[in-house]
Amino acid sequence: MKTIDLFTSELKVINVGLTSFKESLEQEGVKVVQVDWRPPAGGDEEAMEALRRLMGK
Amino acid sequence: MAAKGVIRKGEYFDSVTLMLVARDASKIDGVIDATIVMGTAQNKSILEMSEMLLDEFRDASDNDLIIAVKAKDEAAAVLGLKKTEELLEKSRQRTTDSSEYMPKSIESAINVLPGANMVIISVAGKYAAEEAMKALQHDLHVMIFSDNVPKDKTLEVKKLGREKGLLVMGPDCGTAIINGAPLGFANVVNRGDIGIVSAAGTGLQEVSSIISNEGSGISQGIGTGGIDMKIDFGGLSFLTGVEALIADPQTEVITLISKPPHPEVLERIGEVLKTNRKPVVAAFLGADPALVRSIGAIPASSLEEAALLSVSLSKGISMEQFNKEIEESENELKELAKGLAKQLRPEQKYVRGLFQGGTLAYETQVILKDMIGDINSNAPLDPRLRLADSWRSVGHTVVDLGEDEFTVGRPHPQIDFSLRNKRILEEARDKSVAIIYLDVVIGHGTNPNPGEELAPVISEARTAGNALIIVTVTGTDRDPQNKHKIVKMYRDAGAIVLERNASASRLAGYILQDPRGN
Repeated sequence: MKTIDLFTSELKVINVGLTSFKESLEQEGVKVVQVDWRPPAGGDEEAMEALRRLMGK
Repeated sequence: MAAKGVIRKGEYFDSVTLMLVARDASKIDGVIDATIVMGTAQNKSILEMSEMLLDEFRDASDNDLIIAVKAKDEAAAVLGLKKTEELLEKSRQRTTDSSEYMPKSIESAINVLPGANMVIISVAGKYAAEEAMKALQHDLHVMIFSDNVPKDKTLEVKKLGREKGLLVMGPDCGTAIINGAPLGFANVVNRGDIGIVSAAGTGLQEVSSIISNEGSGISQGIGTGGIDMKIDFGGLSFLTGVEALIADPQTEVITLISKPPHPEVLERIGEVLKTNRKPVVAAFLGADPALVRSIGAIPASSLEEAALLSVSLSKGISMEQFNKEIEESENELKELAKGLAKQLRPEQKYVRGLFQGGTLAYETQVILKDMIGDINSNAPLDPRLRLADSWRSVGHTVVDLGEDEFTVGRPHPQIDFSLRNKRILEEARDKSVAIIYLDVVIGHGTNPNPGEELAPVISEARTAGNALIIVTVTGTDRDPQNKHKIVKMYRDAGAIVLERNASASRLAGYILQDPRGN
């Protein structure tokens, strides 16, 4: 969706992180889905790097 | 004194939730300090500094939650820790109570919310770019609230966004208003025909609030983060924003906000504006007005002027009328300054500005340097004026409390008032201080009770010394905190409250130019 189309569509938000942002948007009547985000591979940098290599990214 | 703590393996909470619980825990009877953090190396070093790094914490990993409590004695520490764990459990129940299914990834969130078009990312900086790339790959617009995102990753994200014609707001972008909805730290403003692209978060808050308070409204408010105006970023997100506002039929006036962009970035903005027929106002704070005119924009010297010019253009008010009104309000400001200056004693010479908003701290320096000379700062206009110690003011001083030295291990000063409150009282006891200058930025995401947090400190500072206290409040009456209510509380406490930072800064300047009010 191009930016100009965003302006004429209903805003629908995916929130990754602070749940307070989800609450603010809901108060203003915006549809929001909260992602249950956790640091990837347990936040371990080496494991993450290994995972990326395995997935060919 | 005793410290107690516990590690919870593999538990995760977002940083604001942890901060709020830690604040409540610090108020438990007998508890001196409470910290709840993920076990990163940085957090462990902060625990060490506050004498709360227990031996068992040393092996904690990034993915472990550390709960630490310091109390007056052993018994209070044990009880404090137990109560802190209960508080944390309660907050978990609050966020998960809503029986809503929470998807584990952006991909599955798209299935839960068909037609999703925006992703807001506020996870730790080192993970933010990866999430942003996922969003862009699914053709979603992105706002990255996180800071400390690696520069090379940021450039990759911005380039992909530009290629795909998608908005990449941030990183380090606190504020946006899209289709009338406040994203991040944003105010509840009227909808209208003025579109804003801003490199600065508090700059966008100040301008959108003034426009709304003057009875006009915002079509879109696009924040890009300051990094966008640097040469290697070439205004990638800023240009996408400007193009979108040019094409947007609901936008009649375009307002641009930034510190002075790199000359090449300015040139690129000029290229984009060549196709534009709408009036453009640009507040590139401190930039040469002739340069701004050269790209076809009307220069504004402050955020306030940018907002008022935009309102005049939107309402069709003539420049003659506009200038007349500005002159009248300037005369009122000078009269007010004269009266206030008479209250000062001969030894009171300096202004001490303590800021929550980085752009407001910058703007105040731009205004005051021309009125009263050099301003020392931890974020100075001129590197020569950098404070040797950010914690100690020298002469005229402006402190940006959002800079790293104040925020490591602490929430943003728009959320946590405690550090500034302490500093206000220190400045109030300094007999050479004439003016204590404070900004309060309200809106979604910021401290819910700014009146109760600051008003008692204003009263105490007025009793402790003779310094004038000037406060500027950025926000609207429709914000959750209600600007009108906050302004009244500060006035009742003895502060002089102005509703725009530039006017408040000039008031401080006029007072110090003629400190006896002659």
